[in-house]
Amino acid sequence: MTQALVNVPAKAKRGEVIEIKTLISHPMETGYRHDTNGAPIPRDIIHTFVARYNGEEVFRADLHPAIAANPFITFFTVATESGAIELTWTPDHGEPVTQTANITVE
Amino acid sequence: MTDAGHDACSIPPPASEASGGEGGERSEPGGGLSLFARPPAEPKCPPPLTPPHHSLREWGEGNPRAVCHSATLAFLGVATFLTIVCSLHAPAAEIPQDQRRSGAAFMSRETQEMQEDDRANPGMLSVLDGEALWNDAPPGAKSCAGCHGDAAVSMKGVAARYPAFDDARSRPIDLEQRINRCRTEHQHAPPFGWETRELLALTTYVAKQSRGMPITAGTDARSRPFVEQGRVLFNRRQGQLDLSCAQCHDDNWGKRLAGSVIPQAHPTGYPEYRLEWQSMGSLQRRLRSCTFGVRAEQFAYGAPEQVDLELYLMWRARGMPLETPAVRP
Repeated sequence: MTQALVNVPAKAKRGEVIEIKTLISHPMETGYRHDTNGAPIPRDIIHTFVARYNGEEVFRADLHPAIAANPFITFFTVATESGAIELTWTPDHGEPVTQTANITVE
Repeated sequence: MTDAGHDACSIPPPASEASGGEGGERSEPGGGLSLFARPPAEPKCPPPLTPPHHSLREWGEGNPRAVCHSATLAFLGVATFLTIVCSLHAPAAEIPQDQRRSGAAFMSRETQEMQEDDRANPGMLSVLDGEALWNDAPPGAKSCAGCHGDAAVSMKGVAARYPAFDDARSRPIDLEQRINRCRTEHQHAPPFGWETRELLALTTYVAKQSRGMPITAGTDARSRPFVEQGRVLFNRRQGQLDLSCAQCHDDNWGKRLAGSVIPQAHPTGYPEYRLEWQSMGSLQRRLRSCTFGVRAEQFAYGAPEQVDLELYLMWRARGMPLETPAVRP
């Protein structure tokens, strides 16, 4: 099962720069390895991470096979208004994982 | 070879050093408990092995240059070899209680911060997994929570006393074995394999409930003989490199093995997230890695020797706070 940990400040002042930290469990299998029988292990990585703030994209990252398992991504954005920050990780296989955190801007 | 090293060690040190006595090597830690202080790296071999510079020069005078060169090299080679053998041959002494430091103290500040922040510690993903498994009932059976209720209450302090003596097996079993026993006996489900995501997650979740509590394993009378067996294993030379655990972790902690600092081998944070492994791993996996490192035959997962070693290491770390889920490099 995929687990994600998201750290978004619950409250912020308008115009404040806030840090958002994310951690997700994923093997990030490179596709370059072989199993004990010599068969190649197919690539399975999270290839895209997107953050939306009230629907508007504020951060996007492309991930590549050299990134370690359980990627930890942090970024900064400006607290503009109260609402939801929606984070989406898209893997090679399976459904995208989405987590939403609410923020109150005063 | 061994004897040579031993003899070299027994050369009496010069008077100025002899006053320090046998046990004086690590006696002044210089703030040993502070995070980044390295213990004094005094040579275990007394300096007389390496001749003073001027004597080398005198020695070479009047000889053909080539002979002098090779003789010097040979001499330095022997001296270096004896220094290495000697430093590895120092008698194993347990680390004094007040000088014990968790492996976390030897890590970079960045890795320490990763462990301390529950939103950055990748071990917390395993805790979340374990929590889900704790509440998830196998078909036709109760979940862990069905009997034990809230783990924060019922499992508090449990990991601090494992490996613990088990009446059914008349010997200590570790936390992973205890969880699997509960699973087969009470849930009538197949046991989880060693190092599977599930077993690591449940163990991590249970152990996390004891975070910050002092380790008490091995302090009861019935466990004592097994602690002693573990101690024997810890001090036994093994493998092609002919090294015991103690030669690195008791005698040479704080120094470097290639680029890595040798820690004191206190199992305070297992199961732990190892950046090298990119995953969680148990203490048994760590022991097998070390055994592989000295090119010895590894004990199988769950072997009595592995559990005795775990028990001895936990007893050796008695009183130190549990850190599960720890992060290590």
